[in-house]
Amino acid sequence: MSSMIETSPDQPRVWHLEEEPHHAEGHSTPLGFWMYLMSDCLIFAILFATYAVLGDRYGGGPDQKALFDLWLIALNTAMLLLSSITYGFAMLQMDKGNQQGVRKWLLITAAFGAAFLVIELYEFYHLIHAGYGPGRSAFLSSFFALVGTHGLHVTFGIVWLFVLLAQINKHGLTHSNRRRVETLSMFWHFLDVIWIGVFTIVYLMGTI
Amino acid sequence: MKIDMIQNTNSRRSPYLRQPLTWVRRVGALTLATLVAGCSSDVMSPAGHVAVQLRNIMGISTFLMLLIVIPVMAAVCIFAWHYRASNERAEYDPEFHHSTSLELLTWAAPLTIIVWLGAITWVGTHQLDPYRPLEQIDARTPVDPDVEPLIIQTVSMDWKWMFIYPQYGIATINEVAAPIDRPIKFELTSTEVMNAFHVPALAGMIYTMAGMQTTLWAVGNDPGVYEGRSSHYSGAGFSGMSFDFHVLEQTEFEDWIDKSTQAEALDRQRFLELAEPSENVEPMFFDLADEDLYHAILNRCLLPGEVCMDEQMMNEHARKNGGVRGAHHAGAHEAGQDELPVQGKGGENDRETLSDGESQDPGELESDEKPAAEVEPVSLNDNSREALTGQQN
Amino acid sequence: MATEAIHDPTFLFGKLGWHSIPLYDPVILGTFVGVVVLGSVLVGALTYYKLWGYLWREWFTSVDHKKIGIMYMVLGLVMFLRGFADAIMMRLQQVMAFNGSEGYLNAHHYDQVFTAHGVIMIFFVAMPFVTGLMNYAVPLQIGARDVSFPFLNNFSFWMTASGAGLTMVSLFVGEYAKTGWLAFPPLSELSSSPDVGVDYYIWGLQIAGVGTTLSGINLLATIIKMRAPGMTLMRLPIFTWTSLCTNVLIVASFPVLTATLALLTLDRYVGANFFTNEVGGNPMLYINLIWIWGHPEVYILILPLFGVFSEVVATFSAKRLFGYSSMVYATICITILSYLVWLHHFFTMGSGATVNSFFGIATMIISIPTGAKLFNWLFTMYRGRIRYELPMMWAVAFMLTFAIGGMTGVMLAVPPADFILHNSLFLVAHFHNVIIGGVVFGVFAGINYWFPKAFGFKLDRFWGLVSFWCWVIGFWVAFTPLYIVGLMGVTRRMRVFDDPSLHIWFIIAGFGALFIAAGVFALLMQIFVSIRNRKALAVDGDPWDARTLEWATTSPPPDYNFAFTPVIYNVDAWSDMKAHGYSAPTSGFKPIHMPRNSGAGVILSGIALVLGFALVWHIWWLAVVSFVGMVATAIRHTFDYDRDYHIPVETVISTETSRLAPAGVSSEG
Repeated sequence: MSSMIETSPDQPRVWHLEEEPHHAEGHSTPLGFWMYLMSDCLIFAILFATYAVLGDRYGGGPDQKALFDLWLIALNTAMLLLSSITYGFAMLQMDKGNQQGVRKWLLITAAFGAAFLVIELYEFYHLIHAGYGPGRSAFLSSFFALVGTHGLHVTFGIVWLFVLLAQINKHGLTHSNRRRVETLSMFWHFLDVIWIGVFTIVYLMGTI
Repeated sequence: MKIDMIQNTNSRRSPYLRQPLTWVRRVGALTLATLVAGCSSDVMSPAGHVAVQLRNIMGISTFLMLLIVIPVMAAVCIFAWHYRASNERAEYDPEFHHSTSLELLTWAAPLTIIVWLGAITWVGTHQLDPYRPLEQIDARTPVDPDVEPLIIQTVSMDWKWMFIYPQYGIATINEVAAPIDRPIKFELTSTEVMNAFHVPALAGMIYTMAGMQTTLWAVGNDPGVYEGRSSHYSGAGFSGMSFDFHVLEQTEFEDWIDKSTQAEALDRQRFLELAEPSENVEPMFFDLADEDLYHAILNRCLLPGEVCMDEQMMNEHARKNGGVRGAHHAGAHEAGQDELPVQGKGGENDRETLSDGESQDPGELESDEKPAAEVEPVSLNDNSREALTGQQN
Repeated sequence: MATEAIHDPTFLFGKLGWHSIPLYDPVILGTFVGVVVLGSVLVGALTYYKLWGYLWREWFTSVDHKKIGIMYMVLGLVMFLRGFADAIMMRLQQVMAFNGSEGYLNAHHYDQVFTAHGVIMIFFVAMPFVTGLMNYAVPLQIGARDVSFPFLNNFSFWMTASGAGLTMVSLFVGEYAKTGWLAFPPLSELSSSPDVGVDYYIWGLQIAGVGTTLSGINLLATIIKMRAPGMTLMRLPIFTWTSLCTNVLIVASFPVLTATLALLTLDRYVGANFFTNEVGGNPMLYINLIWIWGHPEVYILILPLFGVFSEVVATFSAKRLFGYSSMVYATICITILSYLVWLHHFFTMGSGATVNSFFGIATMIISIPTGAKLFNWLFTMYRGRIRYELPMMWAVAFMLTFAIGGMTGVMLAVPPADFILHNSLFLVAHFHNVIIGGVVFGVFAGINYWFPKAFGFKLDRFWGLVSFWCWVIGFWVAFTPLYIVGLMGVTRRMRVFDDPSLHIWFIIAGFGALFIAAGVFALLMQIFVSIRNRKALAVDGDPWDARTLEWATTSPPPDYNFAFTPVIYNVDAWSDMKAHGYSAPTSGFKPIHMPRNSGAGVILSGIALVLGFALVWHIWWLAVVSFVGMVATAIRHTFDYDRDYHIPVETVISTETSRLAPAGVSSEG
């Protein structure tokens, strides 16, 4: 922070610095992205709250126990957690400056992410096909909104991941690209944390 | 409003007797009266004990605030004038930008007022809770425990009001009446969109919502005709959604009831016709042919084959508790389930009532101050519609 | 009118058809012709004078926070004229609709007018004004070259403009919501509002909401990261402090709006049941959620203007602000408390007495820091030397008006009083009292105060005075009657009245509105006359003998704001510099690192407008195409690594020497 320089009103005055205080490109990005994540977190907070209020309004339809297959969801969860770990490996490779390794681990991350999405889509398809779409009851509306919003985030994360791969291919691990890998990392882990909440509150507490 | 003439000719009993802070109330009411510069109005000259108290609280709080607002506004004017740049005699002290004692004062002065106002709010809000059964019919007279309160089931429709009198087996549209000095319990719901029931001369307003029931207690002390209307915007016909509220002597009230007993019968078919949107509806009177009508409106099961919400909730409750689910879920208990609807936002504190006592209030803020009565409010977060279980009348 | 139901949607045009154009309504048709004529004249003039290129290069694609700030102000002003036209229409309707007359607006039209008035005034007038002032002044006040994310700033602006644009389109194509400005369900659900009005409402706000949230993040990061050396938090100008708190509120409340509207969207588009009356839906949930956003929003609007008044009162009293730190703490208190009071918007929904009293008392507690602020301004004037320039006049009018508005607000915070005053015209009078008396007066104070900073000449005093008196008198004439009829129990949003004794009050209110209209006209004249006389009104860097850092550079400031990043030693940095013999540097200039302009923001927001339109009318192919287009444009933008450049030192030197030297010690101060 540029205001770190100590000045007190009694000091002899120097009105400006000889050298420009250096604001490196993207110096505010981690902070800004954190704030974005927190605002995104609020969206999820509202969806969780909505689920908490509406989650037992079945409107004559089925409840959690009737609908959820906990083993499938456990597999799903494992996919996403593994993808977080593999993203961590990509970060380690980036610290070593190993571009090849970064690419490899990012690709594996994308694969796990995609597996997560496929399982989620399978679950959704299965539910809608059985007549339990978001319109069936307030419970299902709030379920689809919460889980679907998370899924949408993962989808964007994967798109972003591929864009980033292309950029690394094109420019290598430049300063900007490193920052982008770090930023996506924050996003990816954030989605993981949200999913843990979803898994616990929606699936575990719903079926056990 | 239009009935001010009638109303003002009636002598009002003084609401001030036996009340603490009497002089404050007087001054407060006076202040407000000055504010509206002598014009008559339903809110300011109410005809029912509840509305009188509401007005008094408004008067007191205004008075309390004026204690600080008037001096501040005066000081703004004085300082703004005195310290103008052209006034050579005014002191100029550019270094005067901090004074601990003054700053303490600037926080303490509003704080003092708010402490008083907060106390009045706490007490007033509890005393005048629309769900709280009346204890007084006016400032001097306690409610006679032998008098059965008049129950008026009120339904807001697109865009008119239906009033059902279960004790008399009648129903009306856009006209409602009550005998003088008898406590009235309104039970309110809506067919589709939200509205608010408001008779300014009588009591405060309360929302009406489909599939939910709210409650309002009131009493009329002065005979007359008072305007009531929906005060929550509800669509195209909103402006015409008004009705007359008659406060009648007992004999007049009986005549008024008779007018309806001899009128057209109201069954579900007729109700569904009436429920079609219509505007500026003239008063209508019906003989209630279907005892279950209000229950069916409230629980949204007017059409044949529709499951009533209370029944549905009861079934779900039973299913959940009974563990009738598939084998691998057998033995699951409701524990996690019932605690699931946590009060995540703390805001879902609105509630509805049920007529038959099932009472839970797990709200973040405990409504422990609820008066003990046969009607218990239930916090909404507690699965509001489930709370309708056992709804009857 | 409500005939859309019988028109089957087509693949190519969705629900859109000739019947969607309200040719049957002479009022709209007349407006439409007027807009087309004026628009053609404007476009023609811009083309004739070959200004498109200039506008594109220097303004539309600009990432300069100063230009973006000015564009926000222009957007706010243009939308203000629309919102004000709605207000005049309502007042006229309520004057006419007595004694059996239906007035000149049917319910279909009138209900849209009051909804549009509310939405436009809050989202597309007050928000752009507030964001514009913050965008312009904050980086200058903290000695930064620009905001943290300059491109994002440009994008945010255009998203806001795009949301405003979609709302304006609804005037001529289809219709707007007829639900009131917060679109409470179940009225806003398909069952009661099957037409496109609510969809316009949703997508207009969602698009603008993206802009607002991003701009909030941007300004927060700017204030945290970009302060000049020595500018500690407790040396920030109060306006920057209030902006900081406002942006915290934005970032922590607009996502709630986004999520809530998204749920309503799901109800309307995929048949979900969040807020319907069916299968477990709960409309009360929406009302809670929307007010969890809505109440902080009130403070998002007013806090920055509290900051403006603090700067104005201190400057024109020629004194340091009284109780700087108590002002800061008061602001923080308000920020936190504003999240704990949302339920006071629906005491009448049947909450328990304990809940109601909790929220009522929490609301009253907000009046303590607010009261402390008022006292601080008061004691700033005390032993001051007050110069009655226009900004100061607005500040005094604010203090008097706002005191009343605050008081009626606390009255409404007492639940039993709210039971009789809620949804009445008293409530309407109250919030106009604080929004006009606080936000609008504050914006005018801010415009008059910073205009010479932005353009190098003052605004004309005569027309400014005319505008001031018309507004202040007009406000009281227009809203006192509403207070009075509100106390009589008259409900808001009424289209016709049947009680003739009320007529006189609405006539008086109508005259008040005319006064305000004169004030609006005088404001436009003030700007016009000032531009014409700009030579005579020209000023140096510091025309007000001001106190904060933005006045330390020239007026208008160069692109890079400060040739050298200043070092700060005290609050009121510029006063401190003047008192300690500061003189502007004349040598040692270096090249300056600056962000490069980009057209991506305009393009993205343009596509967002198309996307919104497609979604409103269910033109699915267009929605898919524009969505893919947006994503592709955004991705393409991320492949642009060349986003900054250096202003060569020669340019800096020539700019610095050719401009008026900063006033510094030569100023009369």
